[in-house]
This record gives sequence, structure tokens and C-alpha cells, in this order.
Amino acid sequence: MALLEVKDLKVRVEEREILHGLTLTVNEGEVHAIMGPNGSGKSTLSHVIAGKPGYEVTDGQILFKGEDLLEMDPDERAAKGVFLAFQYPVEIPGVATMTFLRTALNAQRKARGESEYSTPDFLKKVREVSKSLNVPQDMLKRGVNVGFSGGEKKRNEVLQMALFEPSLCILDEMDSGLDIDALRIAADGVNALRSPKRAMVVITHYQRLLNYIVPDFVHVMSRGRVVKSGDKELALELEASGYTQFEDAA
Amino acid sequence: MPAVQETVERVKRIDVDQYRYGFETLIESDKAPKGLSEETVKFISEKKNEPAWMLQWRLEAYRRWLTMTEPTWARVDYPKIDFQDLYYYAAPKPKKTITSLDEIDPEILKTYEKLGIPLREVAMLEGVEPKVGEDDPARRKIAVDAVFDSVSVATTFKAELKKAGVIFMPISEAIREHPELVQKYLGSVVPTSDNFYATLNSAVFSDGSFVYVPPGVRCPMELSTYFRINERNTGQFERTLIIADKGSYVSYLEGCTAPQRDENQLHAAVVELVAHDDAEIKYSTVQNWYPGNSEGKGGIYNFVTKRGDCRGNHSKISWTQVETGSAITWKYPSCILRGDNSRGEFYSIAISNGYQQVDSGTKMIHLGKNTSSRIISKGIAAGMSQNTYRGLVTAHRKATGARNFTACDSLLIGDKCGAHTVPYIEAKNSSATFEHEATTSKISEDVLFYCVQRGLSQEEAVGLVVNGFVKDVLQQLPMEFAVEAQKLISISLEGSVG
Repeated sequence: MALLEVKDLKVRVEEREILHGLTLTVNEGEVHAIMGPNGSGKSTLSHVIAGKPGYEVTDGQILFKGEDLLEMDPDERAAKGVFLAFQYPVEIPGVATMTFLRTALNAQRKARGESEYSTPDFLKKVREVSKSLNVPQDMLKRGVNVGFSGGEKKRNEVLQMALFEPSLCILDEMDSGLDIDALRIAADGVNALRSPKRAMVVITHYQRLLNYIVPDFVHVMSRGRVVKSGDKELALELEASGYTQFEDAA
Repeated sequence: MPAVQETVERVKRIDVDQYRYGFETLIESDKAPKGLSEETVKFISEKKNEPAWMLQWRLEAYRRWLTMTEPTWARVDYPKIDFQDLYYYAAPKPKKTITSLDEIDPEILKTYEKLGIPLREVAMLEGVEPKVGEDDPARRKIAVDAVFDSVSVATTFKAELKKAGVIFMPISEAIREHPELVQKYLGSVVPTSDNFYATLNSAVFSDGSFVYVPPGVRCPMELSTYFRINERNTGQFERTLIIADKGSYVSYLEGCTAPQRDENQLHAAVVELVAHDDAEIKYSTVQNWYPGNSEGKGGIYNFVTKRGDCRGNHSKISWTQVETGSAITWKYPSCILRGDNSRGEFYSIAISNGYQQVDSGTKMIHLGKNTSSRIISKGIAAGMSQNTYRGLVTAHRKATGARNFTACDSLLIGDKCGAHTVPYIEAKNSSATFEHEATTSKISEDVLFYCVQRGLSQEEAVGLVVNGFVKDVLQQLPMEFAVEAQKLISISLEGSVG
């Protein structure tokens, strides 16, 4: 059984159809890159999988581990193992990152019927994970993303990914707003989390990110559909020839 | 449905009838005849075995009150109160004079138990003796002066406080036992002619707390009072007077919750604080009166006058309040910064939901030299509620070097509520430095989605964001109560997300 199956998905936002029948299958352990120009529906796809309000699914389905994902609330999806690394992570003033991580992790564990972490166990775990990703302890004490640089925000996303151990990670334009060094650090973190049990969907405009996170499959989206799929060579091809060739195909 | 929209929908359905503490205790009570007249005032004074001077004081207030009219400048809207249709005094019928805690009506103890909040205090009421000298900082002692329907039925830790020289007792007792102190200070901060509700209170106040901390004494424990309105149609007129003599320190917490009511209940308390040279008073309030039902019916009318007088040089008064209840809140804990180098602080969290109306804030009146004040106000409006911050900062001609910093932040949940900020600033001394910052924001859908994507429910997400928003103020509460207040905030917002 595939980990994620998106079948003929049609999605509207305020009466306008953004996805016109999108199909995508992701198996455990695979890394898929989704590329495409602005407005092709890449972010919409990530939002619909995660359950962001404001999108209307008019047709098609999304199965996650064989279950109907669209029937679940976004927090249920998170507990089942869907993780979205945001393009623009939000700031939550007054809420220490540590508190946030603990509240979220325990909420997920509770939803899965697992026991909640005690404070010492949690601290041990978070120290372990942050050390392995080179996240400074100081960052955990600050308000969630408050005053974080672009790089720190993305690192915080990767830290959460490592802590929550999701089976599906969707990285929404994680390269936006990062300089080359910050990009490398974030990508290293992501690579460290690649595992045969975990799948990743990497959404990006540019081939550059894929030099660091090397995908097994590349899909090109245009005007709300996947118009071409291939391996990592496809990304290099795109880099050379641009997206315009697909405009007509869509 | 978008998250915010969903929140709004849920708020519309908010069932405040689920009010956690909506239960009544069946206790016989001793009521004054309905309505307000000189006879009522005399009845109350007589019930309390008051000396003649006290009755005189009350009667003067009553006569003054007759000439006054209700203030209408606040941004609150309610039907006219018929002051002749209220009872002004109700006391649990005393079986006999209470000498030990075991003699307290078990019904009353049960009420405290149901409240859940003062569990420690219940344990203490049940006779957990404090061991003197054993000072466990993790479990600091709290003395409770339990005000049950206007009459204090239990005062704990009196002995230990006495050893330190601290007087902590119902004001009715203080009037009899320490008339010189009461006469000297009562009405010296909030005069009987101050305002409509304060004057009414002066005429008919039933009971409240009295605290006197002698020079140089640091009060050995937090002083705490749990108020509870329990008599149908009974106005609750508390009167509190706290005096910190030279170089002393006291921290006082007032917390209250009230049972469910259909009729509106009037609550017009007066709190007076006096801080002498180098003294400090920290006054914290957790207020959770019944807010009314889902149609905005019922609920407490809370018209409170709280004022502190930094009478001495280098004195300090700090107000911290967490306001979650009441149908109407009209309350401006203020500081008169009379002594040179005195300092006033006001930290406030005001949460309104359902049809609640809050008009609250503070007054910082700078009279002395180099006086400073700080105002941090956090207003959170949900449902159909209206939440107003109204604050006055003044520097008088002689207040050289006065400084004030004000930050008013408002958070809106949904799009049917309102937040308003009305700051008044008057500087009559050119050396005064006043700063005012204000922000208004909505809980954004993006923030909520971020939280739920990480596994939090909508409700947990709102709770987390709101607790972050009010963190600066929560930190000002005594440790023991910060956790309770945090819980209360979540409880009071439960309706806002379903």
C-alpha cells in the first residue's frame, strides 16, 4: 500500500479551481520533488494535504496509509504522521519554543493513545534531537520563531520534524528566504531524517535545493496538474530550459 | 470552514450556562429588608454591633448618595438598576461564635471544595496546622480570610500573623477591635463622597478584609480572600482596607467565583490601600464572577472602586488583575503617587466572552517628585463582547521627573467583538515623560493552522496563543496563583472555540 495517494484531486479557493485533477503516489522511503512556476498549485497541494481551512475539495481523494485523509481534522492528520514544514513559519509571542514543542508532541502522543512525556523525559529527548541537528539550546528558550532569522525558522521546522517523527514530511519551499549556507544547514537536517520508513515531498521553484536534497522522483506541475514526471535528471533539464515548455501541455 | 469563522460560529453557540461554578449552597441567611433607606443602614450597622461613629459615617455616606447620580461615561450598556429592589445585607445564620474551623458549616466547606481552586486553602481550613519555622519555599503559606456572603466565617493563621504583628481580620471585627486604625484610614483613600458606587458601598458595606502591617515587617505569608456571592438578589458590598506601615511589605490576593444567577447581581466593592514610607503592597485579583448566560442574561454587575495611596516616599503599590467574569465590569484600580520616588504598577488581563462588557483600566496620578508608573494591559475579546481599556495618567505641577510607561494590547477572537482603548494623558509638569504604546490584533488563522498542524486542537491552540499573549502579566502574579489563573483563562475561553 502506498503511503500517500492523491487521486484526481480537484480543489477550489473562492470559486476558482486551482487543482484540476491531480494524481500523485508516494511510497515509504521515497523523496519526491514537486516543481513548477508560481501559481501552478504546488502550495495549494501541500495545504490541502495538511488540512488548511479555506480550500474546497470538489472531487478526488487523498488516502494516507489507506485512510481517507480529507475526513480528518488537521490535528488528527498531524497525529497520524503528516508534517508540513511551512514556507513562512509563524511567530507566537510569549510561548517558549520548548513549551510549544512539548505541548504539540504530547498532544500528538495523546491522540495516538500513547503516554505523554514527563518533563525530564521530554527534556532529555529534545536535548538529544537538538544536539544532533546543532540547534542551540538558547533557541528553545525564545518565543516560537520570534526574532528568528530565516535560517533559524527553517531549522526550527526541521527540529520539529525530527522530534515528531512523522511518516510524511512536506517541505513547502524551504529554500525561500535562505542564503546558501543556511540552505545547506537546513538541507543537512532534512537528509539526516531520510529513512526507509519516511517519505518526503519537497516543493520548490528551483533546482538548487535538489542539489542538497536529492529526490528519487521529480514532478513538474503546471496549471493545477502534474504535467511531467521523471527522475532527478528532469530537474536539471528544467533548470536549463525553464517552465514555459509545459505551459502549453497544461 | 475557515478556523476563525468556525470560532465565531462556536462563540455564537457559547453556552455560558455551563459556567463551572454555577451552583448554590443551601444555607439559611439573615437578610435585611429589601430596599435602601436609613433603616437599612441602621439595620446593617446594628447587625454588626458597630460603634456609633461607624453608623454616623455610614449615614453621612447614605445621605450623600441620595444626591448623586449613576455615572454613564463608561462604555457599558445595561438596564437601569432599581436600588430599592435589592437586598443590602445577608449573612449566613451564625449558629454560634466560631472558635475552631471544625465548626464551619460543612455546606460552606463543600462549596469551597467544589470551587476546586482553593484546594490548599480547603486543606488548611480542614486543620492542616502550619509548623512555625518550617519554611518550605515551594509551599508558601497562605492565610485565608473566607468571605462567605458578606460575612467572614473563618480566619486562619491568625496566630502566626499576630506573632509578626500583622493584623488580618474581617473589617467588621477591626471596627470593634482597632477603631483607632479604622477611623484613621477608612475613607482616606476613597472618600465617602468619591463616586456613586463607592458612596453606596460606604453606606451599606457588609464586610471585607482589614490588614495592617506594622513598620519594618515583611508579612510572613500571602494573604488571600475568596469571595463568593451566594444570596439571590443580594448586592455584595465588600470593603477592604490595607495599610502597610513604614518599610513593610504585604502581598494580598483576592479571588472570587459566583454561582449561577438569573437576576443581575450588583457588586460594588471598595478597596483602599495605604503605603507609607518605603512600604510595598502587592494586590492581586483573580475575578471570575458569573458572566451571564448565552443570551447575555444574568451575570454580575461589577462596579468596583480600588485605589492605592503611595503616601510615603519610596513606597510602591502594584495591582495585578485577571478579570474573566462579570456581565459588566467597571473597575479602575488606581495609584496616587503622593510620596517622592513612589511607584505604581498596574498589570491587567481582561478577558470577555459571550455578551460581557468590560470597561476597565487604571489611573496613575503623579503628585510627588520622581514618581514612576507602569501600565501593562492585555485585553482579550471573544464572542459578542466589548472590551475597553480606559486609563488616566496625570502629572501634577510639582511632579518633577514623573515617568510613565503604558502598553495596551488587545486581542480579538472572531469578528463580532470589540476592543477599545481610551487613554487620557495630562502632564502639567514639563519634565514628565509619558510613553504610550498600543496594539490591536486578531488571532490569525495562520497561527492557529500552524498550531493544529503540529497536533494541537483548535481549543488548545487558542489557549496557547492567548497564554503567550498575556504572559508578561501572568508573571506578575504570585507563583501559587499563576497556574490557577492560567487554568481560569483556558476555562473562560472554552466557550470561544466550542
